[in-house]
Amino acid sequence: MTQPLLKLEGLKKHFPTTTGGAFSKTKGTVKAVDGIDLEIHAGQTIGLVGESGCGKTTAGRTILKLYEPTEGKIIFEGEDLAPLSPKKMKPYRSQMQMIFQDPFASLNPRQTVGSLISAPFQIQGITPEGGIIEEVQRLMKRVGLNPEHINRYPHEFSGGQRQRIGVARAIALKPKLIVADEPVSALDVSIQAQVVNLLEDLQDEFNMAYIFVAHDLSVVQHISDRVIVMYLGKVMEEADKHDLFSHPRHPYTKALLSAVPVPDPKIGRARERIILQGDLPSPVNPPAGCVFNTRCWKAQDRCRTEVPQLMQIGVNHRIACHFPEA
Amino acid sequence: MTNKPFLEVKNLNVAFPTEDGLVKASSDISFSVARGETLAVVGESGSGKSVTSLAVMGLHNRKSAQISGQAFLNLESGPVDVISAEDEVVRKLRGKAMSMIFQDPMSALHPYYSIGNQLIEAWSLYNEGSKEDGRKRAIEMLDLVGIPAADKRVDEYPHQFSGGMRQRVMIAMALINNPSLLIADEPTTALDVTVQSQILQLIRDMQKEFNMALILITHDLGVVAEVADRVNVMYAGKIVESGTADDIYYRPDHPYAIGLLNSIPRVDQLEDKRLVAIPGQPPSLIHLPQGCSFRARCEFADRVPGNLCATTTPTLDQKGDGHFSRCHLPESELIKARVEIGGRK
Ligand SMILES: Nc1ncnc2c1ncn2[C@@H]1O[C@H](COP(=O)(O)OP(=O)(O)OP(=O)(O)O)[C@@H](O)[C@H]1O
Ligand SMILES: Nc1ncnc2c1ncn2[C@@H]1O[C@H](COP(=O)(O)OP(=O)(O)OP(=O)(O)O)[C@@H](O)[C@H]1O
Ligand code: SF4
Ligand code: SF4
Ligand SMILES: [Mg+2]
Ligand SMILES: [Mg+2]
Repeated sequence: MTQPLLKLEGLKKHFPTTTGGAFSKTKGTVKAVDGIDLEIHAGQTIGLVGESGCGKTTAGRTILKLYEPTEGKIIFEGEDLAPLSPKKMKPYRSQMQMIFQDPFASLNPRQTVGSLISAPFQIQGITPEGGIIEEVQRLMKRVGLNPEHINRYPHEFSGGQRQRIGVARAIALKPKLIVADEPVSALDVSIQAQVVNLLEDLQDEFNMAYIFVAHDLSVVQHISDRVIVMYLGKVMEEADKHDLFSHPRHPYTKALLSAVPVPDPKIGRARERIILQGDLPSPVNPPAGCVFNTRCWKAQDRCRTEVPQLMQIGVNHRIACHFPEA
Repeated sequence: MTNKPFLEVKNLNVAFPTEDGLVKASSDISFSVARGETLAVVGESGSGKSVTSLAVMGLHNRKSAQISGQAFLNLESGPVDVISAEDEVVRKLRGKAMSMIFQDPMSALHPYYSIGNQLIEAWSLYNEGSKEDGRKRAIEMLDLVGIPAADKRVDEYPHQFSGGMRQRVMIAMALINNPSLLIADEPTTALDVTVQSQILQLIRDMQKEFNMALILITHDLGVVAEVADRVNVMYAGKIVESGTADDIYYRPDHPYAIGLLNSIPRVDQLEDKRLVAIPGQPPSLIHLPQGCSFRARCEFADRVPGNLCATTTPTLDQKGDGHFSRCHLPESELIKARVEIGGRK
């Protein structure tokens, strides 16, 4: 195999915090991301899934060094970016871009679409061939926006169109890697498919790698080649899409998949459901041992004391569990 | 199960006058739902799902909303039309005959009152007993909706509860006076999927327990498939298709419903097919196009003879037993449409 575009080794991001509400002011840390390893190649999509607060956004932002990593390596085309200063990071910035969940919040309402999409050129001090305006109009056309609308403001566009603006801006510099953080979650069902198709087409065209962060397993299943399942900052399972969805080995993955409703009355109603008890524990004070043990129906004493390490369980298939599913 | 409907909505229209013009948020809405029955309402953002429900609950400001039509609650004492009834009458029905739970439990719970006090207040609207009785009932309800250690947690405040537990509290509050109709407006959208399945299960259990008519509003076609007896599909303020869950999923009649079902990826299907997107976006409710509201996005409009889609608003017509659709497309073309959209994956 060729050298991966990006390789993460033990990537961690911890945030300092105060815990315990009004009465106790103990300093603690949120282990938002507590050790991710992955390899991603050009043209590949890795899905990052898990429930609210499991660290998906933090992981995405840390990979792009929008957050300083607490520990670990971010090896991009052979070079570890983790220790680089902002200045040394600059040339890499144009090769790694982000698409955000909320097309409303992520676009400055006082900037025209033209200036929003051309911002990456300004920041990098690059003038594209044919001039900025022409390039912006070409990009607008490519993502399905009307180039005549170049002087309009974000509020004049629908949610789906705003997400297209975000996509145009992200691909402006022809990056090699895009981290898309819940890029379709805020969109209507009928619009989601438009944006998913656009992202897939652009990937075919430019051979970009995507890290696709989402909580919607149906969308992740559709778009990803490989999938990483996270829970409270930890990787629970990692496998090729097909293996993960057809044969999950981690109890959490199994429960998560079984909880996703299927849009087919006969199949949906007949599906066996694992209903997990309780809610997600606080990430400030995660359970000892396996972080999933408070909700796992298979938990034994060992799970409450010993942290399961991520280990190989099949071809390209890894899980962190003492008692894997058959 | 299909006894006499508890709620019967007839030709309901809700519009809001604004600076830019009249927003026709729901138009020509008719449907009914019986006790023990689950009606799901699906449709894109802004299609009028919440506006319609708020009208049924009598929660629109009569000064800012123009409302016409009827919404009968068939009470034991006889039918009451909540649209024409006095505010005072509707207020007395709310919480008792009919109840609603909202998407965001934090906005519906008061941050400064304990969970218990809020439940007791809801209870005392319709009950004479002492505060102790109310507290007992509050604990009973919290227990019923699966809050552990209900007798202790009853004195806690909303911020001490997780999102899923707050939604349980909302359900307890909505049900504390045994309503006959429950409207749940996106009750699980803000929740994680493992918590969503707990809450959906709870809502279903409660529906059985109280034999309620349930209206479940959601944009999640997976949720609908698993819980609905009947489904209303809304688009641009109108019901465009209505039928049993099987009708909608296996024999959809409206090009929007057909397109919607084909545009969603499924977690149980692993083929790498391209999604079939519906092009374009919904129209403005202020400047609704003449003819069919879906026309600009519909690829079958040109198969309808006589340019009818552009000139004449389709009516919600019966296509089968209890199956209605608002589309001019002739049956023969429709069958082709289903195959074409489905087969193109
Ligand atoms: N800047 C920050 N400072 C302190 N804690 C943070 C910060 N950002 C995130 N966290 C915490 O880290 C954990 C992971 O958060 P993150 O936003 O990465 O989760 P997520 O998986 O993206 O969740 P969601 O699905 O809700 O977007 C959470 O407990 C969160 O509260
Ligand atoms: N008070 C109001 N004044 C003016 N317009 C309103 C008012 N309330 C709702 N609307 C408009 O009516 C339309 C229907 O809104 P409604 O809230 O019913 O949509 P919905 O189907 O519930 O959408 P969502 O899925 O986003 O909740 C929207 O275009 C909305 O902007
Ligand atoms: S290690 Fe134990 S608690 Fe954790 S997932 Fe495996 S069986 Fe469950
Ligand atoms: S009435 Fe015409 S435009 Fe409307 S959905 Fe039917 S075929 Fe399409
Ligand atoms: Mg996030
Ligand atoms: Mg709504």
